[in-house]
Amino acid sequence: MTIRRKIAVTWIVFGAGAVLVCVAAPLTGSTPIDLRYVFSSSIPFADNLDAQIFFVARLPRVLAGAMVGSALAASGVVFQALLRNPLATPFTLGVSAGAALGAMLALTLNLPSGIAGFSAVPIASFAGSLGAVGIVYALARARHRGISTNVLLLAGVTLNSFFSALILFVQFLADYTQTFRTVRWLMGDLDVSSYTPLVAAVPPLALSFAAFAVLPKRMNLLSISEESAASRGVDVHRTQRLAFLSASLATGAAVSLGGPVGFIGIVIPHLVRLIVGADHRLVLPASAFGGAAFLVACDTISRTALSPLEVPVGVITAIIGGPFFLWLLIRNR
Amino acid sequence: MVADKKSIGPAEAGHYILKGPAEAGHYVLKLAVVFLLSVVVSGFSRTVICQTTPQRIVSLIPSVTETLFAIGAGPRVVGVSNFDRFPPEAATKTKVGGLIDPDIERILSLKPDLVVVYGTQTDLRAQMERARVPMFLYEHAGLADITATIRDVGRRVGNQQAAVMLADRIDADIAAVRRRVAGTRRPRTLLVFGRDGETLRGIYASGALGFLHDMLEAAGGANVFGDVKRQSIQATTELILARAPDVIIEVESTGTPNTKAWDALPSVPAVRSHRVYLLQGDEMVNPGPRVAHAIQRMAAVLHPEQ
Repeated sequence: MTIRRKIAVTWIVFGAGAVLVCVAAPLTGSTPIDLRYVFSSSIPFADNLDAQIFFVARLPRVLAGAMVGSALAASGVVFQALLRNPLATPFTLGVSAGAALGAMLALTLNLPSGIAGFSAVPIASFAGSLGAVGIVYALARARHRGISTNVLLLAGVTLNSFFSALILFVQFLADYTQTFRTVRWLMGDLDVSSYTPLVAAVPPLALSFAAFAVLPKRMNLLSISEESAASRGVDVHRTQRLAFLSASLATGAAVSLGGPVGFIGIVIPHLVRLIVGADHRLVLPASAFGGAAFLVACDTISRTALSPLEVPVGVITAIIGGPFFLWLLIRNR
Repeated sequence: MVADKKSIGPAEAGHYILKGPAEAGHYVLKLAVVFLLSVVVSGFSRTVICQTTPQRIVSLIPSVTETLFAIGAGPRVVGVSNFDRFPPEAATKTKVGGLIDPDIERILSLKPDLVVVYGTQTDLRAQMERARVPMFLYEHAGLADITATIRDVGRRVGNQQAAVMLADRIDADIAAVRRRVAGTRRPRTLLVFGRDGETLRGIYASGALGFLHDMLEAAGGANVFGDVKRQSIQATTELILARAPDVIIEVESTGTPNTKAWDALPSVPAVRSHRVYLLQGDEMVNPGPRVAHAIQRMAAVLHPEQ
């Protein structure tokens, strides 16, 4: 099978899987709804309970899950290739810790309404992630012409723990109810209950995915070694810069939308590699679709498992992802 | 054994220690006497403290602080938690931390003879026990426990009469509200005590346990989450749409959540009939002496016709 056909098959199979999950998810929930009423035009929307459950409660939530899941899984692939480290995740380089710090500050300082109907929390967390990206990037460039992946990794990991310490400090200063809300934020929550945050997340995600579209071939060469990639005509520095910035942007947008939902960025890429091999032209799209399907499925479990109570979605992904990740570790020995 | 040695008497024992058991010259015996003496003295001093009226009270619980002031023990309060705002005099007292970060050093430096602590503050309790500071243990519970706590506090700090009067008046006020709403239709009510100000994210509502639920029932409302045997529940928009409350009451101590956000759920009867209410003030979330007033405010929005 030629690579073209492989790519086409990957897109069709994984894409169809993701679409299937995203279509099934809004039909599932704690309340049974009747599709005839959902799409009925004879009942005004204000009186149509089934349509409101479908369009206000479930659909934004499923779309948020798909966006967050695909962004985290795809940036996981890019970070693993960039750092040439299979254990890298979208949260390795401090992006999520920066986002979390921003969110904590917004929650603790009780920042008012925010801008134009957006809550202060997602805005602050997105700003926090951009701040973290900026610091790590500046550090990695400081002593090199391009960016040094070693410095990137060390600076990122250090910044991660530094921000985590600041988060603990902010939580310590917060009062009891605020502390509870901040802890809850860290568990991830996709119940966005309106389309505004989704629309806000589209531009950064679109930019990132546009970059992801041109990266796979260069990442294949880079993952062998920087020298061989350079000898095959790849602009190594440009590629690394593009990979780092686009994956960080996607992570920041995803975290500010749904919170730092763990394990997707590492479990999905590895699972996908088991199926399609190591070629990034296959791994990247398959991971994006797989991440969307995985998070939407996990969120459906989170909505229904203990209904009417809700299990935080980050808990579900961790319960499934943690053991799986450990299994991957032992398996490779 | 302790009782036997008591017969030595503090004066004799002191003499014994100072001089040393010359005849025996036995160090261990000397230590044993010091130990026994300290047991006797501490037992003695503990009973004395328990019997006297506390003069220097530290309260880490805002609702108990409020009670102390309401029954006339306010002048004897020397320290309060960081979250005490009512009555205004309470806010002028020394702040000694909160539920999860009590400042033990500062508490001890106030030389309290009674510290009001929350039941789950186990570290603080151990420290206070070690420092032999008497404690009054408190935990939030149901509505009936509020007046029971007021009576207990009164007995403990020696203001029993004022406390009984206060508690009786609160009980009578609540009973009056119950009588007034008895026999009327009880609107199905969503009682929200936490939400991300501008949106419908992060909504926390009262389940079927705790004083908020009891207050709602006393005010003549039926909790839409009356079947969920928990103090709080994170309510998703789907859950709220499905439960279709007739009334939504948001209680909030300091913030001003935007109630317009609820317009995103037009099929909810409360939204359609414009029965979304914001009740501000810390008496709404603080199970203390103003609880009857809080219930009256709830009843006023639940049963405007009464």
